[in-house]
Amino acid sequence: MKATAWMGADSVKVIDVPDPKIMNARDAIVRISTTAICGSDLHLYHGYIPAMRKGDILGHEFMGEVVEVGPQVRNLAPGDRVVVPFPIACGHCSSCQRGLYSVCENSNPNAGIAEKIMGHSPAGIFGYSHLLGGYAGGQAEYARVPFADVGPIKVPDEISDDQAVMLADVFPTGYMGAEMCDIKPGQVIAIWGAGPVGLLAAASARLLGAERVIVIDRYPYRLRLAEEHIDAETINYSEVDVLDTLNEMTAGRGPDACIDAVGLESHHGNTAMYAYDRAKQAARVETERPFALRQAILACRSGGVVSVVGAYGGFVDKFPMGAFMNRSLVMRTGQCHVQRYTRPLLERIQRGEIDPSFIVSHRMPLRDAPKGYKIFQKKQDDCTKVLLKV
Amino acid sequence: MSRVDTVLLPELDGPVPATLPGALGLLSLALGVGALVAPGPVARLTGVDDSPAARSVLSAIGLRELGSAAGLLSGRRPSGWAWSRVAGDAMDLTLLGRALADRSGERRHRVALTTLAIAGITAVDLLAAVRVGRARRARARVIRMEIAVTVNRSPAEAYRFWRDMENLPRFMAHLESVRADDLRRSHWIARGPAGRRVEWDAEIIDDQPNKSITWRSLPGSGVPNAGRVRFVPGPGDRGTEVRVELRYAPPAGALGRAVAKLFGEEPEQQVRDDLRRFKQVLETGEVVRSEGSPNGISVRQQAMQRPAQPLPASRR
Repeated sequence: MKATAWMGADSVKVIDVPDPKIMNARDAIVRISTTAICGSDLHLYHGYIPAMRKGDILGHEFMGEVVEVGPQVRNLAPGDRVVVPFPIACGHCSSCQRGLYSVCENSNPNAGIAEKIMGHSPAGIFGYSHLLGGYAGGQAEYARVPFADVGPIKVPDEISDDQAVMLADVFPTGYMGAEMCDIKPGQVIAIWGAGPVGLLAAASARLLGAERVIVIDRYPYRLRLAEEHIDAETINYSEVDVLDTLNEMTAGRGPDACIDAVGLESHHGNTAMYAYDRAKQAARVETERPFALRQAILACRSGGVVSVVGAYGGFVDKFPMGAFMNRSLVMRTGQCHVQRYTRPLLERIQRGEIDPSFIVSHRMPLRDAPKGYKIFQKKQDDCTKVLLKV
Repeated sequence: MSRVDTVLLPELDGPVPATLPGALGLLSLALGVGALVAPGPVARLTGVDDSPAARSVLSAIGLRELGSAAGLLSGRRPSGWAWSRVAGDAMDLTLLGRALADRSGERRHRVALTTLAIAGITAVDLLAAVRVGRARRARARVIRMEIAVTVNRSPAEAYRFWRDMENLPRFMAHLESVRADDLRRSHWIARGPAGRRVEWDAEIIDDQPNKSITWRSLPGSGVPNAGRVRFVPGPGDRGTEVRVELRYAPPAGALGRAVAKLFGEEPEQQVRDDLRRFKQVLETGEVVRSEGSPNGISVRQQAMQRPAQPLPASRR
């Protein structure tokens, strides 16, 4: 089959690999119809995530048709149209049973490596480094889906591929980012990053009853999406001072909750600050550039919530612990426990409360994956989300 | 935490076997006292009574023997004292060699007999020194570990799975098979590097249903080993804390090196991985595999990942 493989920093290729086969009794094989490139795939593309190997198949957002199931999979049958959550979760460990699917205790066969860096191991993730399991990803013609009796859900015909594939990662991730803010009536929510997750976090904040939603980015075309589809207010951080602007907008209180939907490759309006962290990151003294996180902490109202759904992999410097501690802030975070959200969010789409596919800017065939990565990386052609059609 | 150390491996625990060094200590005592109290008769018996220096040399040897006797009978540092006897033997043999060279007749005959006797004692001393040293080094090689994992199953379920010893290879990566001979005894075969197998018999020596199982290898195993697993209810209704205590004494030499490789560079990590697999099997039904780690969790595999893409047909 054809698959998109990581070939080193800034290099992906569509290569021929063997077809996947059932390896565990609870596996299914899915013939992929639509798969997406995630912003977090760019962290891999740029080489910021450790434990990648040349030839690793990328992709953790995918859907398609079940073609084969292992003997223990009874809820699915060949022919079912399914969308697959990006975290691989067994459903039976105590984390899974508490709904914490992205920290499944059994799905990372390389847990020993992850423990050395993170203390304990999170769940395995499709196509996301050997640190997180060494699973082949879904930017391919077929994928093996472990624990198919727990993760994938069937998608009704009236839901399009473009809508359903949003349930693999970005919509649940954005939704969880908003849900962690514990939004009360009248609250103001600020979101750093107007990529797919930031935009869907903003849309979810609306669904969850936020009074005002403020989106911060530097690309006018993305801020325009936030204004047009979510009726959000926007701040372009390359033009104005974010903290001053937020204070002015909230009459000095600061947003009630701040969502970091940016993660480890943040940019910064202040060139000197950006150069400082970029240099440290290049020298591997620091693995992340956490401007958005620092700013979210400083901006947040005292006693408010900082919700982090942007991806981090290692260590951050200059963490404003003084502001965080003295102002009684709360931080909530996590890779999304997608399995918790797929059904309720599918129902919201069915009821017409939201169409998350408004973020999709590009659709192209799988063979054009290298081009998709390039334009997404360079933000060319007003790119927000690239879908690959198989 | 209770310790397996003292109960489980009689061949490795307790004092270093001291029968032979003790006997040699008594011999030293007898020789030392004889040489000091009756240097005349001893000199005549050994055929050196014609030498003017014989009496003073014999007294010195007597004092040396008393020193060795005190050391050996004290039971402390038996290896060092056994070697001190070997050194003394070497000195005596040198002196006797010289005495033999310039004597003839009856005296030469007696010196020769004495030399023969001392040579015999030297052989016994060497044996004792080597054996005591080996026992001490075996003790020093013993590897002990205590590792635990929390499993989201009841103590009864976890106990039941482990109690069927034939299940062990399903999660202990280095085991090829375990055959239960009866409810107590079992035969274990471990996979070594380069197709080398290590086998031993084991017995369950304590069995507390739903609480703990204690086993040890039977005497004569090339790799004396013992273990205890306890199944402790996790606090807050969180399944079972499976707590394993293990110890084994890899032999020296080629077999020892094979056993060391068997347990990898980090034996603790390997046992930790075994327990992780135990958890996977109990919670999910089998060992979890990925394309990069097609055999599931393994220390060695973590270092040698294949690309995360489907396996070629030849490797399935």
